[in-house]
Parts: sequence; structure tokens; C-alpha cells
Amino acid sequence: MEQINNLVNGGAVEDVLFYVFAALTLLCAILVVANPFSRSPVTSAMFLVLTIISMSGLFLLLHAFFLAAVQILVYAGAVMVLFLFVIMLLDLKEEARRKIKFFGLAAGLVSVGIVFSIFVKSLASLQPEAAGPALEGETYALGKLLFTQYTLPFEIVSVLLLVAMIGVILLSKRKLE
Amino acid sequence: MDWNFIIFSLVKIAIVVGVVQGIVAYSVLAERKISAWIQDRVGPNRTAPPFMKFVPVLGPFLTRLGIFQPLADGLKFLVKEDFTPAGVKKIYFWLAPAVSVIPAMLTVAVIPFGSNLGAQKMVIADLNVGILYTFGIVSMGVYGIVLAGYAANSKYPFFGGIRSSAQMISYEISMGMSVIPVLLIVGNLNLGQIIGWQSGHGWLVAYAPLSFIIFMVASFAETNRTPFDLPEAETELVGGYHTEYSSMKFALFFLAEYSNMVASSAMMVTLFFGGWTLPFWGLDQPAQSLAMGVLQIFVFLAKMLFFMVVFIWVRWMFPRFRYDQLMDLGWRTFLPLALVNILITAVWLWLRS
Repeated sequence: MEQINNLVNGGAVEDVLFYVFAALTLLCAILVVANPFSRSPVTSAMFLVLTIISMSGLFLLLHAFFLAAVQILVYAGAVMVLFLFVIMLLDLKEEARRKIKFFGLAAGLVSVGIVFSIFVKSLASLQPEAAGPALEGETYALGKLLFTQYTLPFEIVSVLLLVAMIGVILLSKRKLE
Repeated sequence: MDWNFIIFSLVKIAIVVGVVQGIVAYSVLAERKISAWIQDRVGPNRTAPPFMKFVPVLGPFLTRLGIFQPLADGLKFLVKEDFTPAGVKKIYFWLAPAVSVIPAMLTVAVIPFGSNLGAQKMVIADLNVGILYTFGIVSMGVYGIVLAGYAANSKYPFFGGIRSSAQMISYEISMGMSVIPVLLIVGNLNLGQIIGWQSGHGWLVAYAPLSFIIFMVASFAETNRTPFDLPEAETELVGGYHTEYSSMKFALFFLAEYSNMVASSAMMVTLFFGGWTLPFWGLDQPAQSLAMGVLQIFVFLAKMLFFMVVFIWVRWMFPRFRYDQLMDLGWRTFLPLALVNILITAVWLWLRS
């Protein structure tokens, strides 16, 4: 009893959960693009949903409850439903297996290498003794930061989204003119 | 984390799930009785276990009420043949009912259904982002329906799935927007804190009536109830997404629909009608004694059941929307209204401060 209590309080459960969610995220992400059992686009989309859900589990372990909830609400709940909607409307058939071309393979490997090196750099520069984020008033703090310190990037992203929206409407309405 | 917390959480989860299942079973009976009453019929009044005929007075009375009908329904679902049509996509066909039930049951976890009993808070998970959690989980419910439509590999369920995905997304936006004035007024995402605010200032429906109307209509759409039951639409799509389902798999869709009704009613009570509080007899403060705690749970249940009856009543009083009317209502009426509502509330709060 005492030992189990110590394990729970010492963060062992959180460590185990981290590895579970991390493994799930990676496994599902691989199955989105390279599923050996099925080439159906719907299956890929469903694995992407699972990837997003397990990523929000990782956010939960970081005590970022707001981000976890928004991750599920926006990506799993809205964006992926739209993806499924489009896949079903277009009636995509199972994709045939294509031969891997040399140029594509090389380009892919180079871009993976670049992203990986960025990751390694940023992980190496982390301070290991950084304090955990505060639990209370987290949504409030996040909102305050977004509208004071980070107003400019926030506004730029908003304008970018607006431009994308107008572009989509223009593209889909062109026939009516 | 200690052992008390784990044990009490497990007890609370077991009781809440049991109560929700009970409410679901008997709201099906209520649905049949109310529809019968509206259409000038009698409704289920025959089903009874064999020994009931030896019970005087009480036996025939309970039989007339149809109290035993849900038991018979449940038994029927369990023992019916579980038929899997040829040509369905097996994995998704099996997965879809489960995927639609799980979110429906998960939503109840954050709802404070009472103040406290002894030292225990009457909520399973007291999340700081309670509202966002519910919206996130509710938005996952659409996958069950979409997958069911896709897996059946036949035209009518497919239409049902497509309609459902479009409908859910459209109304989710209005629903989310409609709650923002509430959050602006209270300044907190925790459902317990929202109820606490209401016990001091009065029910939120008085502060944000438009929010409540939009939220209620959107929750009709989210639960696929008439007048928004286009994904199943018996007259056009046979049964919509669950056309090909039988036996317990069909029952799971049924369960999901009614659990969603329970969850939406509970959310409406929590957000707009003061949760477990009543403004008199000291019921608006967290309970000091066990009796008061139990009484507050019953206050919450009573308010929730009222909205369940509203759900059922609307189903039998209003005709179904046409698809373009549904989209029009969602995007061109409710979304602008909700945005204006946010603006008005923000300006009002700004002027007051």
C-alpha cells in the first residue's frame, strides 16, 4: 500500500502515461501515411483523429488543460469531420500502391532531416530545471498573454486566416460571376 | 492523489452511469407515453411480468403506466438476432455504435449534479475547463454516425452520415458562440463556479436569454432530435445512419441519443438555470447536512427531467426542417445572432465596469 502510494505521488503514473501517449501518437501518425493493412482514405483520416486525441493526452500531462480541450474541439471535432465529409463526398477509392520515386524519397529524407535537426537543437537548449506551469487561472493567463505581449503575431495569424477564407469563397464562387 | 479519492470517484462514476442508464430507459417510456397523449392514444399499457397478476391493485396500476415496458424492450434488444449484412465494412460497422456511445457517456463526467454530501463534492471531475471539455467530447459524437453511414455501404445510411457531419459542424459553431456571453459574465470556465455565481446573482437565463434560446435549439440539432433529425429522417432515408443495424448495435445508437439528451439537459440546467440551486429554503448555498445535499441532487434531477420532457414534447409537436432551411437557420440566423449577442454583452459589461 505504502509503496504504491509513493509510486503514485512520485509521478510514476505520469511517466507511464507519457510513454503510452507518446507511443500512441507516433504509431497512429505512422499508420496515417503508411498503413500496411489498408489504403482507404477514411482509415487514414480516422488514424489522424486518434493521433490528435493522443496528442491532447500529452498536453494534459503538461497540465495544459485549455490546449488539450481546444485540440480536441477544433482539430478532432471540426477539422477532421470536414476532412471525412470531403473524402466521402468525393467518393475516393482505395489508393493504388505506387512505386517510390528516387527524387521524392530524397526530398522527403532531406526535409525530415531538417525538421529533426531543429528538434534536436531546440531540445538541447531546454533548461531542465524549468518550473512546471501554474495550474490555476490558466485560460485567463493565456488570454492575457495573447492580447498583450503577443498581440501582433495574433493579429497577423487572424488576418492570414481571413485572407484564406476570402480566397476560398472567391474560388468556389467564381462560376457565378 | 490518495485512496479515498480513487474509491469515492469509482463509487460516483458507478452511481452516475447507473442513474443515467435508468433515466435513458424510462425516458424512452416517457417518450412513448407523451407521444401517445399528444396523439390521443393510450401508449404501452400491457407489458407485465407473469407474477404481476397476483398483485392486487398495485399490479394492474403499474402495468397501465407501462413501468415494465423498458425491461421488455431491453430484453428484446439483447436476444434479437445480431445481423451483419453482406458487403459492410466490418471493422467500422462494429466500431460505430461504440464510438457514438462513449462520448455520450463521457459528457456527464464534468457536470456538478449536487453541492456536496459530507466532504465529497458531487461532481466526478471538477475540471477548470469544464465547458470546453463538454464541447470537445460532444463534437466527437459525430464520428459514430458518420462511420455508421460509411460502414453500411448502402445509399441511405451514407446520406444520413453526410447530412449528420454537415449539420453537427454548423450547429456546433452557433452552440459554442452562444455560450461565450455566459463566460464573459461569469468569467470562469468551471461549471461549479458558474453555478456558484448564479446562486449569488440569479439565474443566467435572465442575463443572457438569447444565449439560452440559441443553445437550446443547437442542442436539439446536436442530439439529432426532431425538428433536426435529418440524419435519420424515416420518411426519406428509411432510418438514416442506422438502417442496417439490428439488435444490440441498434440499441447502442438509441442509448447514445438519449444519453446525449440527458447531457444536453444537464448542461442547460447548469449553464442557465442555476444547477442544483433554488432561490429559497437556503437551497442556494452548498449543503451543510446530508439531507440538504440529497435534496439538492433531487432539485438538479427535477430541473433536468423538465428539459427532457421539453425535448420529447418538441419532437411530437413540430415537423422536420428541410435540409436547406436547416443550413439557413444555422449559418444565416443563429451565427450572426450569436455574434451580435457577444458584442452586446461585452459592451454592457464594459459600460457597467
